[in-house]
Amino acid sequence: MSDEYENKKGYQAQSSETISSGSGGGGSGTVSDADYVRPSEVPEQDLYHGHSFITKWIFCQDAKVIGVQYFLLATFTGIIGLILSWLMRLQLGFPEAAGFMTAEHYYQFVTMHGMIMVVYFLTALFLGGFGNYLIPLMVGARDMVFPYLNMVSFWMFFIAVGVLLASFFVPGGPTGAGWTLYPPQTILEGTPGSGMGILLMCISLILFVAGFTMGGLNYLITVLQARTRGMTLMRMPLTVWGIFTATVLAMLAFPALLVGSLMMSLDKILGTSFFMPTILQAGEVLEYGGGSPILFQHLFWFFGHPEVYIVALPAFGIISDLISVHARKNIFGYRMMVWAIVVIGALSFFVWAHHMYVSGMNPWFGFFFATTTLIIAIPTAMKVYNWVLTLWRGNIRLNVVMLWCLGFIVTFVNGGITGIFLGNVTVDVPLSDTYFVIAHFHMVMGIAPLMVIMGAVYHWFPLVAGRFLDETLGKWHFWLTFLGAYSIYFPMHYLGFIGVPRRYFEMYDSPYVTSAVGMNEFISMAAFIVGAAQLILIYNIVRTLKIGKPAGHNPWQANSLEWLTPSVPPEHGNWGEKLPVVHRWPYDFSVPGAKEDFITQTTPPSEVAGTEVEKT
Amino acid sequence: MHPGIIFFLVILGSVLFHIFTPWYWTDIASNWGGMDDTITLTFWVGGGVFVAVCLFMIYCVVKFSYKKDRKAEYKPEDKKLEKILTWATTIGVAALLAPGLIIWNQYVTVPKNALEVDVMAWQWGWQYRLPGEDGKLGTTQIININDNNPFGINLDDPYGKDDVLIQSDVINLENNQPVKILLRSVDVLHNWYVPQFRAKMDAVPGIVTYYWFEPNKIGEYEVLCAEYCGVGHYAMRGGVEVQSTENYNKWISEQETFNDLIAKQENIEIELENKKIAKNNNFLLNKEIYKEE
Repeated sequence: MSDEYENKKGYQAQSSETISSGSGGGGSGTVSDADYVRPSEVPEQDLYHGHSFITKWIFCQDAKVIGVQYFLLATFTGIIGLILSWLMRLQLGFPEAAGFMTAEHYYQFVTMHGMIMVVYFLTALFLGGFGNYLIPLMVGARDMVFPYLNMVSFWMFFIAVGVLLASFFVPGGPTGAGWTLYPPQTILEGTPGSGMGILLMCISLILFVAGFTMGGLNYLITVLQARTRGMTLMRMPLTVWGIFTATVLAMLAFPALLVGSLMMSLDKILGTSFFMPTILQAGEVLEYGGGSPILFQHLFWFFGHPEVYIVALPAFGIISDLISVHARKNIFGYRMMVWAIVVIGALSFFVWAHHMYVSGMNPWFGFFFATTTLIIAIPTAMKVYNWVLTLWRGNIRLNVVMLWCLGFIVTFVNGGITGIFLGNVTVDVPLSDTYFVIAHFHMVMGIAPLMVIMGAVYHWFPLVAGRFLDETLGKWHFWLTFLGAYSIYFPMHYLGFIGVPRRYFEMYDSPYVTSAVGMNEFISMAAFIVGAAQLILIYNIVRTLKIGKPAGHNPWQANSLEWLTPSVPPEHGNWGEKLPVVHRWPYDFSVPGAKEDFITQTTPPSEVAGTEVEKT
Repeated sequence: MHPGIIFFLVILGSVLFHIFTPWYWTDIASNWGGMDDTITLTFWVGGGVFVAVCLFMIYCVVKFSYKKDRKAEYKPEDKKLEKILTWATTIGVAALLAPGLIIWNQYVTVPKNALEVDVMAWQWGWQYRLPGEDGKLGTTQIININDNNPFGINLDDPYGKDDVLIQSDVINLENNQPVKILLRSVDVLHNWYVPQFRAKMDAVPGIVTYYWFEPNKIGEYEVLCAEYCGVGHYAMRGGVEVQSTENYNKWISEQETFNDLIAKQENIEIELENKKIAKNNNFLLNKEIYKEE
């Protein structure tokens, strides 16, 4: 690869509006006082421009291409996760049709499905995919601040996925320890894949974290240092706030996972005893002693709980922007929304042990963690109120994007409420380790974020590809997915009430769980339909790329910067010759006195004189 | 059809499902009715919020759907409304948390008269140990476990000798007698869970964990392992029979103590020894008979 840098697009190494050009003080020349924006503090940097196919599309340093790469690879692993879930549902709903599946297989599928969906699908897609594509565009930067590191980040992710998938082909197969990987069983004989499988899992996670750290530093520093002139923190779209805060969480939480994986690998390879007490297996005392299995659980959930918000916060941010644009109304209580994101992020580090109420840790911790967990419900509830209050007296376009937003609100509120069940330590006791937990977290961090991803795909596809996705196909896709997924997880809570434990390969004839057979068949049918419905989206995308309706500039009449690039789809460098200058927040929709029902962020006040703008 | 109608049907369906569901919790058989009550309370408060938020959303969608000549309201903030909502939510959350913490306090405070039961778990099965006449369980160690000492009781612990050993996955409990379940595992995590008792806790190798309950309904119940413990997890079942005091006393008097087991082992050894001597005697006898012939 060439290290050559050049000044291809013709923008100057030094903008005429930097401090060094000496514009100094107040509004100069023709710019009115109201329109004055502080000059930039540093001159612009040149970007590396790829020449060959390889540097443009494979080892590419353009954040937008990297975003799409992340998106495609995450989707690919997500599809594998989806197929694994089908196999699990086949076993649970129709065991006689799943004769080929042993208990070992089942537990391997459970484990890989969980880990793929949480880490390699959702995290990679929200932060790697949307983060890379949207952050530079939304804050008015030409690219991430470290484009080369950004490229390496994606390829580390690529290798991590490769190592993960390789574990399907090693002797013993992938690990079947459950996605939580609780020792000691994870590395003992009684668990499938306790040899190579678990080692590859640990290595893959370590690679993922390393790669992710490279990307994450980029997102943080780009948001903090590379915003364009006038783009104050409190003028950033909530999408950026969500991704930014989630990245801060990831930087602090992922090290715990890395350390846990490393220590577990050492227990496995070198025979250390970080997590291994004295153990008697098959009549023999193993050569371990003195370690604590609960220590791993603390490390895992110190990562695992913030991880929930690493997925949820970008989703919160994105959904806020989608609702605002398509309801033609400013997001209600922007400042409250920003603070809620930050507060939720901070609190998420003080609630991890609510996953461990019945783990055997000192039960007195229950009081503390139940309290912190329920406190987090308050800022979360405020966000929900503000979303529905944004709809209030809006001018709501009921297009496919809005449908996904509404689907998100229903599933998120549902899953949030069941979170209050599980967070309240007493209620958790009968429900933990049952299907209630499965239903809860799939609703709140599976389906709800998926609704956001889908909404975001329909919303930003016209920007990425320059064409509208088909609305009719989109509606079919939405209703099949939403109604199907809801009918999978809503009734599933009631299996948990009966007391059906999770991670059971077979129910046998327990007197009270046999009544659940009918429901399991129904849930499995719904799962097959929802999975198949995703083909509609794939077809829609392929079809749109060929014959879709051209979108043109700013097709949704949005305000934020990503829609204001000189070319659609945006080119490398994003902004052509001149960086945009920001004069207002991105939510000036339906301002009284304005001609249109939107005022873009780059519109200076002098152009919309006479409008009653409350906030700029 | 207007999307609002479909969303409304989803919410209506959810409420109806909840009212008419044939799938609901099992009849409770322990003192933890308070857990059920907290769940019911959470259902009312949480369910109410869910329905209210969704109905408000549906109303907005129907009432404010796009019209070209209409403009949305422009109102970035409403401090008063936000304050009211924050406080209302805080009060609601506190109302749910308070009963939860009160019952949790009961859960972690074991009554003095509770009978200690040692539940020992392994891949994949259960066995139980009850205190003998001294009312105390002997201490144990994993490395002591062998065929002659299946529970790994420390041989020099005087409390251990009279412990009642139940080498079966089914245990009997006395009705209305609180029990403190002491959980230990010799290999991986397990969890001794009877849905009808509501309570559960993980068994963790290396430490002893506990929880308590008071069975209050005579009957037979299935024990499920509730913490994933490897490939045999789903098959790791056991049983509890809750008995009247009379039947329970009869049952426990028939169980073997550690002393019995030791005596039996010794008997077996003595027997073996005797057999050897007898065999020798026979041999000698035979020999003599042979000689005489």
